[in-house]
Amino acid sequence: MADTSVELRDLAKYHGATLAVDHLSLEVRSGEFFSILGPSGAGKTTTLRLVAGFERPDQGEILIEGRSMRHVPPNLRPVNLVFQTYALFPHMTVFDNVAFGLEMRRVSRSDLRSRASAALDMVKLSDKHDRHPLQLSGGEQQRVALARALVNRPAVVLLDEPLGALDQQLRQEMQVELKAIQKQVGITFICVTHHQEEALIMSDRVAVMDHGRVLQVGSPQEVYESPTTEFVARFIGLSNHLKGRIATLHDTTCTMTAPDIPAAGSILIRRPPGAMEATRVMLLLRPERLHVSHNVHPGRFHNAVSARVDKVTYTGNEMQYLVRLSDSVLWKARLPNSGASQDRFRVGETVLLCWNADDGVILTE
Amino acid sequence: MLLWMGIFFILPLLVMLAVSFAGRGTYGGVEWTFSLTNYAQLFDPLYLRIYGRSLALALATTTLCLLLGYPLAYSIARAPVRWRGVWLLLVMIPFWTNFLVRTYAWMFILRTEGLMNQLLINLGVMSQPIELLYSDWAILIGLVYGYVPFMVLPLYAAMERLDSSVVEAAWDLYATSWSVFWRVLLPLTKPGVVAGCILVFIPSLGAFITPDLLGGAKSMMVGNLIQHEYLVVRDWPLGSAISFSLMALVLLGVLAYFKTDGRLDRFEGGG
Repeated sequence: MADTSVELRDLAKYHGATLAVDHLSLEVRSGEFFSILGPSGAGKTTTLRLVAGFERPDQGEILIEGRSMRHVPPNLRPVNLVFQTYALFPHMTVFDNVAFGLEMRRVSRSDLRSRASAALDMVKLSDKHDRHPLQLSGGEQQRVALARALVNRPAVVLLDEPLGALDQQLRQEMQVELKAIQKQVGITFICVTHHQEEALIMSDRVAVMDHGRVLQVGSPQEVYESPTTEFVARFIGLSNHLKGRIATLHDTTCTMTAPDIPAAGSILIRRPPGAMEATRVMLLLRPERLHVSHNVHPGRFHNAVSARVDKVTYTGNEMQYLVRLSDSVLWKARLPNSGASQDRFRVGETVLLCWNADDGVILTE
Repeated sequence: MLLWMGIFFILPLLVMLAVSFAGRGTYGGVEWTFSLTNYAQLFDPLYLRIYGRSLALALATTTLCLLLGYPLAYSIARAPVRWRGVWLLLVMIPFWTNFLVRTYAWMFILRTEGLMNQLLINLGVMSQPIELLYSDWAILIGLVYGYVPFMVLPLYAAMERLDSSVVEAAWDLYATSWSVFWRVLLPLTKPGVVAGCILVFIPSLGAFITPDLLGGAKSMMVGNLIQHEYLVVRDWPLGSAISFSLMALVLLGVLAYFKTDGRLDRFEGGG
């Protein structure tokens, strides 16, 4: 059991009549950065609050370092939560905020001083120790909240959308820093987020959650490269999809036909495990993997399908196109803004969408 | 604004201040001679005893209101949003009835053949009715009943603003319920506590209806004394002097509080 830090067994929690957490089982390993990724309302925060002890499960069990938390109140659990709103004590200085947990556990005065100072050093806030939280910037408050949890050396640090309130640039800086701090202290982190990029950057493993259930658990690469369900695929950015059946089989590839776009003929895709002729498949493609052009590049791409530009959105660093492949198939394409005029397309123009077999993810039913 | 304050607030005060230094006419009028005798009279042991009792009763009322009001305000502030309005309405409903009428109602409840005695006898707590009415206890009950809403409302305002995750954070950081209260909840709701205590203490110190009706003839509080001097004895100068010294005392107390502990902005609810 030494390898497992937190184990959730068949955990269920109702909020009124809705099942917020639906018989969820998970194992989080010691010392890993584990993220729970999902849209809002997926039950991520409820799961976190169950682990922290603020809510009681209606069913199932939580074990932390092998010990059941069934009758353990939050103040006796070896976990500390970094709140989404930080929840710093506004009437105490930064130092007193950080030292609060140690004080409550009656750590000796000299120990308390050195540990709280060390924690403030780690988050680079030693010079702000006598300030009050409201005098700090959002990013600084976030660091205080982190130091206040880390200083106690808990078995697990729980983070509820830790970077949600920060602006884009600070967010990216903190993603890297948070990960570095976690590696340095070696404490298990369980982080809840709806931001897929954040989860992929920071985590050792990611659990994708929706409607109270875990849909897939794996390394960021596994989740990103080989999603196992349509929801996960869409949530991590595979927004273009096409349904069809397998036509012919090769060694590592196969072809599929899609009744929704008959003009395309057969499309070359990766051969999914267990594929047979006429197996129903779904092709999923990221918008940034699509190549848009006026004419064919022979031999460069496996697939080429013609489409009409429906909508163009200029975002500065890229151009986003909504392209129609047929009456029922509408895809997105994203091109970096190269500045070259041959890479610009207008609404109503007919273009060619090209991609390779490896660009797509195939789900079988 | 200034004119309004001048006419209805400052001017009457100045008149009272002037009267407090004047002499009393033989038949109750005011004689415009300057003397400090009225203020000297305040130190009569008889009066000092009345101040002492009033102070003790006002302090007891404030303490009881705080002890009752704090958990009440907390549970209202933590109730689901749609219930909060209902609870607050219930707290305020008594104000729709005249205070005098409500005090009479307490007389019916507390008198020897009243509801309270009947209830206690029926419950078997005692066999003989006891005299509840016309005692300091009756005054205390009446005052606490009357002023609890003044405590609950500012407390509720302070607690409603409080981010409940701060309380959870303390709990998460190994604090016991007791520590959560002392170290986080109480300090953060202190502006409400101070406002509530001032709102209860000041009117209960000067209360005269409640002690008059529930305390009977034996007990007199400063409020009754002032009323007595003005309306019965018709010694306006002495009444004014008592009023002024009472006001000055309260003002000094409040100022002393802000001087030692606090900043006015906290009281005004800057948060």
